[in-house]
Amino acid sequence: MTHSSAAYLIRGARIAGGDPADILIRDGAIAEIGTGLGAAGAAVVEADGLIALPGLVDLHTHLREPGREDAETVASGTRAAAAGGYTAVHAMANTDPVADTAGVVEQVWRLGRESGRCDVQPVGAVTRDLAGAQLAELGAMADSAAGVRVFSDDGHCVSDALLMRRALEYVKAFDGVVAQHAQEPRLTENAQMNEGVVSDRLGLAGWPAVAEEAVIARDCLLTEHVGSRLHVCHVSTKGSVQILRWAKSRGCDVTAEVTPHHLLLTDDLAESYDPVYKVNPPLRTAEDVQALREGLADGTIDCVATDHAPHPAEAKETEWATAAMGMLGLETALSVVQHTMVDTGLLDWAGLARRMSAEPARIGRLAGHGRPIAPGEPANVTLYDADTASDIDPAALASKSANTPFRGMRLPGSIQATFLRGVPTVLDGKIQ
Amino acid sequence: MRHLLSAGDLTRDEALLVLDTAAELAQVSGRSVKKLPTLRGRTVVNLFYEDSTRTRTSFELAAKRLSADVVNFSAKGSSVSKGESLKDTALTLQAMGADGVVVRHSASGAAHRLAEWVDGSVLNAGDGTHEHPTQALLDVYTMRERLGRLDGLRVAIVGDVLHSRVARSNVLLLHTLGAEVTLVAPPTLVPVSVHTWPCSVSYDLDAVLPKSDVVMLLRVQAERMHDAFFPTAREYSRRYGLDGERFARMQDDAIVMHPGPMVRGMEISAEVADSARSTVNEQVANGVSVRMAVLYLLLGGS
Amino acid sequence: MCAQSRAERDSDAPGGSAAERVPEPARTVLDGPEMQRALTRIAHEVLERTKGGADVTLLGIPSRGVPLAARLAERIERVEGRTVPQGSLDITMYRDDLRLAPARALGRTEIPPEGVDGRLVVLVDDVLFSGRTVRAALDALNDIGRPRAVQLAILVDRGHRELPIRADYVGKNLPTSLRETVTVQLSEYDGTDAVLLGPAKPRAGAESPAAEEA
Repeated sequence: MTHSSAAYLIRGARIAGGDPADILIRDGAIAEIGTGLGAAGAAVVEADGLIALPGLVDLHTHLREPGREDAETVASGTRAAAAGGYTAVHAMANTDPVADTAGVVEQVWRLGRESGRCDVQPVGAVTRDLAGAQLAELGAMADSAAGVRVFSDDGHCVSDALLMRRALEYVKAFDGVVAQHAQEPRLTENAQMNEGVVSDRLGLAGWPAVAEEAVIARDCLLTEHVGSRLHVCHVSTKGSVQILRWAKSRGCDVTAEVTPHHLLLTDDLAESYDPVYKVNPPLRTAEDVQALREGLADGTIDCVATDHAPHPAEAKETEWATAAMGMLGLETALSVVQHTMVDTGLLDWAGLARRMSAEPARIGRLAGHGRPIAPGEPANVTLYDADTASDIDPAALASKSANTPFRGMRLPGSIQATFLRGVPTVLDGKIQ
Repeated sequence: MRHLLSAGDLTRDEALLVLDTAAELAQVSGRSVKKLPTLRGRTVVNLFYEDSTRTRTSFELAAKRLSADVVNFSAKGSSVSKGESLKDTALTLQAMGADGVVVRHSASGAAHRLAEWVDGSVLNAGDGTHEHPTQALLDVYTMRERLGRLDGLRVAIVGDVLHSRVARSNVLLLHTLGAEVTLVAPPTLVPVSVHTWPCSVSYDLDAVLPKSDVVMLLRVQAERMHDAFFPTAREYSRRYGLDGERFARMQDDAIVMHPGPMVRGMEISAEVADSARSTVNEQVANGVSVRMAVLYLLLGGS
Repeated sequence: MCAQSRAERDSDAPGGSAAERVPEPARTVLDGPEMQRALTRIAHEVLERTKGGADVTLLGIPSRGVPLAARLAERIERVEGRTVPQGSLDITMYRDDLRLAPARALGRTEIPPEGVDGRLVVLVDDVLFSGRTVRAALDALNDIGRPRAVQLAILVDRGHRELPIRADYVGKNLPTSLRETVTVQLSEYDGTDAVLLGPAKPRAGAESPAAEEA
């Protein structure tokens, strides 16, 4: 981390998949873009054949600190983020203690700044202790040094309609957004996986699609009614995509995210009863996967968010029902999105950049991220080799945990470099 | 096959082999020396995370009749109740040299998980709401003994299908063996995707009864009414219980089965349970023969 | 759980080698009429040796010992004018080589209603080879009851014993090499009666089940 004032000349990168160009980075910003740029005093990064993307932004990351440092820490999580091409992540509030006060969000924010590898923007809890009963001090978190704008009880649904209405109204005061984990609790008591053919066969309690869709529909109508801003976390069903499309067509100010795993994996993976495939919301059907891809392509779903959820080995090496829910995501996200969206022709690289950088930064009101690669902009840049492929090896991941559902899968692409305000956090494929 | 985890894993030939083997082994129970030397020197562990004296005793007897060493490892009072994980328990059994592990667990898929962690054979003795393959095998064995055939046999399975591992295993096995299964339950107690199962479904017991060769009653927990699966035990009993009047409308040679333990009054009236056409006690006896067959076929060879 | 079919069993082969095959250029060493005569002779010998055979029970060892026992019973009945109790005794669960192959399907055990206690049990099998099948049969019999005496009737004795066991009645003594196979064909199973001797095929895994039943 000693190169903060160094200059870098990235040579021959295809910016958002366009024609090869040179990018000169100096003093943390993009100084110049052109062809045949001189390298006076700058370290040269050969990027022939690589794609330059604006540094990726994740709206949905579990860094586990404070409380579950055995699974992940801000330090290890931000290493994983950098390795995945991310320059900013939103750290979810379900830590221990819960990020429901200005004190906790500032602690997480500071840990992120100290890590230096990736900006950490804390998400504040909507309700105290995520209990769904009483609003947390949303204003205090917004006004804190962390400047929280995204509020979420993620892991729990703000299921009380009145409380949800109040939260949506209240965050208007500071341009906040409520990121809802849409899950009707009574319909999903003890739920283990997507309710359908596979759950019925495996004898695992079902998590019906309607439990997500009903909450999304309600929240869209509430948002419209109070004129606020709603973000829907990890959309997982075809019906949810349809409801979002309808809500957007009515002018509702709703945005939505989809996870890489919901773009690729299906519920039949549970046949092995290996809880590495246990996640909330659960993996759905191939039909849902297709609808999510189409929704992401046509903008109904605004962005990709990882829901990176590290768990220690003992939380997954159990019977399915007792295992923790969640999957790693940061280090494989770009590869999965290339595989599911770009290689299938549904998105071009510019479209991918919008959904993995610009949109999440805009939704999170995160200044200095998600900006185009253009002169004068902060030098948050990811260099990506889309032409390689490799087998995912959990042991090779930077995360402290290994619960990746993509283990052993062959996925395209590799992150060659990540620059955070001109400082390489990854260079030559190695975390700096 | 190394393990018996699901009744659906059995091909028709394999299932028939189990039944035929069981029929031969049933003779052993009638001899003065009720023992075969076949599994001498082999160790079978009964790993029971749920109380089930009936099933555990049946497996224990089956293993002992084949001369295996049997270790009962119940969750109560062992390291399991002190929070030891299933995986650690599995590794302990592995270290003890268990050739076969018979596992009963409240979590669906526990037997599958165990099979990944031990070298020996795993026999699923009931996992959560998933499957109970030896129960299905003994049920099917009992049907064949009583009625002489399985192909085309019309079997009604009545009760809480949704939460029943017995129903899941029976549907799969009976289908494999050519029987025609009809599930009978209130709509709340059948899985949402039941239309994809190899059976038909009816909400009307009275319509199905006269067309059934076998009526299998499943245990229904009265507590289910608290989750609104049905309004009251009385209403359930009125619509889906097998009382004397319904019994009288069954075919003359049709049999009544129950995996036990029975809730008399709610699922089945006492007069039906005790009638000569009830196979409840035969099922228990046949359970030992069928489990001997499975243990032999899994552990008896190389 | 895939069990071997019964016809593949060859427990009596020395060294536990299983599943000998029908050799292509096999030579008939006992044809149908010769087999009939051998069985008739054995039937008479049984009657002589057992002084009329009043307490004899014939138990065939599956699979080909069973029809042979039935044929002997029929011959004895023809001579004596009364029925002889006969049945079958499966030895699978008593084999000493179970661990060497996948679990095998069981043959039938059918003990006549008289039981075996106090009876003179004549075990009947097609080929006597290592003697291990007979050893298993004696163990199996022991768990069923306590016969007065046990004797052994065999269609072909091909030698190469590995246990101190001998037959009381032998249809044909057939000196063989260990490399040869003896195949007994019975009309009940094979549509014809014959004993064939051929060179052993190299053991090339489980092909179609051979008719051999040592």
